[in-house]
Amino acid sequence: MKVSITVSINGRAHTAEVEPRLLLVQFLRDVVGLTGTKIGCDTSQCGACTVLLDGMAVKSCTCLAAQADGCAVTTVEGLASNGQLTALQEAFWNKHGLQCGFCTPGMLFAAHELLRTNPNPSPEQIRHGLEGNLCRCTGYQNIVRAVQAAAAAGGRA
Amino acid sequence: MSATVAAPAPARVFGSGIRRREDPRLLTGTALYTGDFTLPGQTYAAILRSPHAHARIRKIDTARANAAPGVVAVFTGADSEGVLKPIPCAWLIPNSDLKTAPYRPMAKDVVRFVGDAVAVVVAESAHQAYDALELIDVDYTPLAAVVDPQKAAEAGAPQLHAEAPGNIAFHWTVAGGDIDAAFKAAGVIVRDRIVQQRLIPTAMEPRGAVAQYVRATGELTLWNTTQNPHIVRFIMSVVTGVPEDRLRVVAPEVGGGFGSKIPQIQGDFITAFCAMQLGRPVKWVETRSENYISTTHGRDHVQEVELAATRDGRILGLRATVWAGMGGYLSTAAPGIPTILHGLMLSGPYQIPAIKEDVFGVYTTTTPVEAYRGAGRPEATYMLERLIELLADEIKVDPVEVRRRNLIPPFENGHAVVTGLTYDSGNYPGALDKALAQVGYDNLRQEQAAARAKGRYIGIGVSTYVEICGLGPSQVAGAVGFQGGLWESAIVRFHPSGKVHVFVGISPHGQGEETTFAQIVADELGVAVTDVKIVHGDTDNTPMGWGTYGSRATAVGGAALAVTTRKIKEKARLLASHLLEAAVEDIEYAGGKFFVRGFPDRSKTIQDIALMANVAWNLPQGMEAGLEASSFYDPPNFTYPFGAHIAVVEVDPETGHVELKRYVAADDCGHQINPMIVEGQVHGGVAQGIGQALWEQAVYDPNGQLLTGSLTDYAIPRADVLPDMEVLSTVTPSPHHPLGVKGIGEAGTIASTAAVYNAVIDALEPFGVRTLQMPLTPERIWRAISQSASAGRKEA
Repeated sequence: MKVSITVSINGRAHTAEVEPRLLLVQFLRDVVGLTGTKIGCDTSQCGACTVLLDGMAVKSCTCLAAQADGCAVTTVEGLASNGQLTALQEAFWNKHGLQCGFCTPGMLFAAHELLRTNPNPSPEQIRHGLEGNLCRCTGYQNIVRAVQAAAAAGGRA
Repeated sequence: MSATVAAPAPARVFGSGIRRREDPRLLTGTALYTGDFTLPGQTYAAILRSPHAHARIRKIDTARANAAPGVVAVFTGADSEGVLKPIPCAWLIPNSDLKTAPYRPMAKDVVRFVGDAVAVVVAESAHQAYDALELIDVDYTPLAAVVDPQKAAEAGAPQLHAEAPGNIAFHWTVAGGDIDAAFKAAGVIVRDRIVQQRLIPTAMEPRGAVAQYVRATGELTLWNTTQNPHIVRFIMSVVTGVPEDRLRVVAPEVGGGFGSKIPQIQGDFITAFCAMQLGRPVKWVETRSENYISTTHGRDHVQEVELAATRDGRILGLRATVWAGMGGYLSTAAPGIPTILHGLMLSGPYQIPAIKEDVFGVYTTTTPVEAYRGAGRPEATYMLERLIELLADEIKVDPVEVRRRNLIPPFENGHAVVTGLTYDSGNYPGALDKALAQVGYDNLRQEQAAARAKGRYIGIGVSTYVEICGLGPSQVAGAVGFQGGLWESAIVRFHPSGKVHVFVGISPHGQGEETTFAQIVADELGVAVTDVKIVHGDTDNTPMGWGTYGSRATAVGGAALAVTTRKIKEKARLLASHLLEAAVEDIEYAGGKFFVRGFPDRSKTIQDIALMANVAWNLPQGMEAGLEASSFYDPPNFTYPFGAHIAVVEVDPETGHVELKRYVAADDCGHQINPMIVEGQVHGGVAQGIGQALWEQAVYDPNGQLLTGSLTDYAIPRADVLPDMEVLSTVTPSPHHPLGVKGIGEAGTIASTAAVYNAVIDALEPFGVRTLQMPLTPERIWRAISQSASAGRKEA
């Protein structure tokens, strides 16, 4: 049995027949072909697959594709427009907030969610806000600096 | 008062913290990692792995799986037998009675760890492949398991391989000085039994491969999550029989490695095998749980150690026996880690007149052990830093003072230690002084005493270290049994427009060498850093290289680049002399321009020279066209970065919780090409070392089941548990390196575990706790405090 879903991804509607068990992250990567969203675990710990679902950050491995029917999804491919990086992307670049880059797409959305709910977080609040996203390269310090810088620039996403 | 102000020197790109050129593609989701590739006609592989730590395979029935929807093929070890050769171990330590045993890409008769590959399903979709895995019936006869390396070496332990009686894979000894005399003369001897717990590297990108085999030409292409694509090509050729000239290995974007992407693992060969059998592209990407049981682990030592010293704290000798768990098979570089990278580093930054260590590499029914960030050196540093603390405690002298009494004095060009190594340069007291000043050591000790009086338990932990990296002179590599060279190569090519293409054998996977290498080339050639493109990772268009590990990318690959650019400058100078009609001795070079000495206006830019060399309209007699050079750089010695780290913690006696209050790192990696990147490497390295001290451990039950088999159970540090690190540096250039650099990738991990551990034990001093098993979880600390309290009540 398959179900028909239509999901708006980065502003463009995608319709597909999918298995009910298909995860949103698998839909994004394997069906739509947007591979910027990463899979780093199988227990919803790592957060590499975090995207925006109707404006809120979710781990796209915790959500079935069918549940996203009729929703709007933003992936990392949908952040920069016309080559213009967002304030968070720019801040991650400036502050060396990434090394291998694998956690980065998810980390950007976790940071986005944090700034959405708390535009001026303290370093401690940033650390708490990002605790659901794992990074093995940076020790998080420059990610915290990047989020601080983006907050100071008044920008998110 | 002078009215003139010196003009600011032009900013030099070497040494500046410019932003990384890698980042835009990583920040926008356009970078392609192995798992992101999909080829036309691609199939998906899922690997069936042993649920038993040790068992005999009686029968495998694949009929139901074969008939499942979408299944293209099912293969077992019997199918690959005779087609694939066993996976070779590439570090065969001499004089150690090393016993290798066949490590099959798919087990055929016996499985030797939970996760050993048994069969593979190839299907049209990943879901179909995983569905069909559950339909394979394997009839196992379980055999006894053994997971502790010391126990596995005891008489009567379950035996893994007929080739290795007693489970002993090798027995290696390092000895220097008169160890018996040292212990005879000792005024004090301290001992410890250290368990360097097994760790799981956990690169955020799991491992995977995409293989494409063209039957018409016999060409195999493998996209692979690897730190060393050229070694993959070499070993893949040996195992599959595909000649190296028909084998292309591509390391596309690689999401971290930390040692776990050095070895060639079963899944790589299985993927290639399936593609060759089927003539269709095959993709295999492991799940995280699969990564945890089947891709390599690190550390896993049991160490019995003793240190002889005088009553005033001068070290006389160090003696140790180490049982190093190897897992079920010898992984690619595994034997070199507890021996060459550990045993030879036992003098650390200290003057130690006599050292003897016996290392037993032991087969256990566990996942194979490989390099994990630091690889051998954290195990050496931790051992020394624990013994120093125990010595300080025994003779009641401040541990910093005990370190001072034993540190090797500053040296600029060579210091021989008793294990046979010659360190290149060092100023160990300098780094220690810098870290102590930053943390305010004397004040901290006073604060600690005041806090204790109020029932608060602050601890201060110090770790001084030196490490060996920049691997290494190939002649030495051969002498210590490494089955390859350790040089690096580079090609630097000027295009007619003056833009530069650089091809390197090094294979970065997050460290940022596309940026730092461009900085080296731009600085040497006087071109804009944005005019230099670095190409790496594809064996079809890069020169041979031995890979990125052991903090060798910049130390060896960077040196190859420097040497290559200097060859280019030599040729350019000859051409400039011809074009400027001046003697070559009169040609000077600065800021990207060649000019006639004394006549700075008579000049040619490097771009002018590049154009003329490429169009070749007017070259000196006999000069070849083009402006391009290549080099093979074989380092004359290793490099030896060093430093001092200090951790400040507070332990809550009610809960055993450790709060990291401060962390100071003073590291010396010689000249820094990009200080921003250096700092980032220290951050990440320190975080991983702290992880070992406080949270991380791969736990097996006695039957060989991995209890920490997912990220739910294995605790890598999160953002909210780590402190802000205060990162400092000193600069002691390597005397033998063309750029004076050393390497920084592993330093943080090597130093930080001992610093944090020592800080916690220091905090627990009022409770009489002198040693505890890592990781220092709240439960372990709380129990130790509770036992101490109940013991205290009994005494009272």
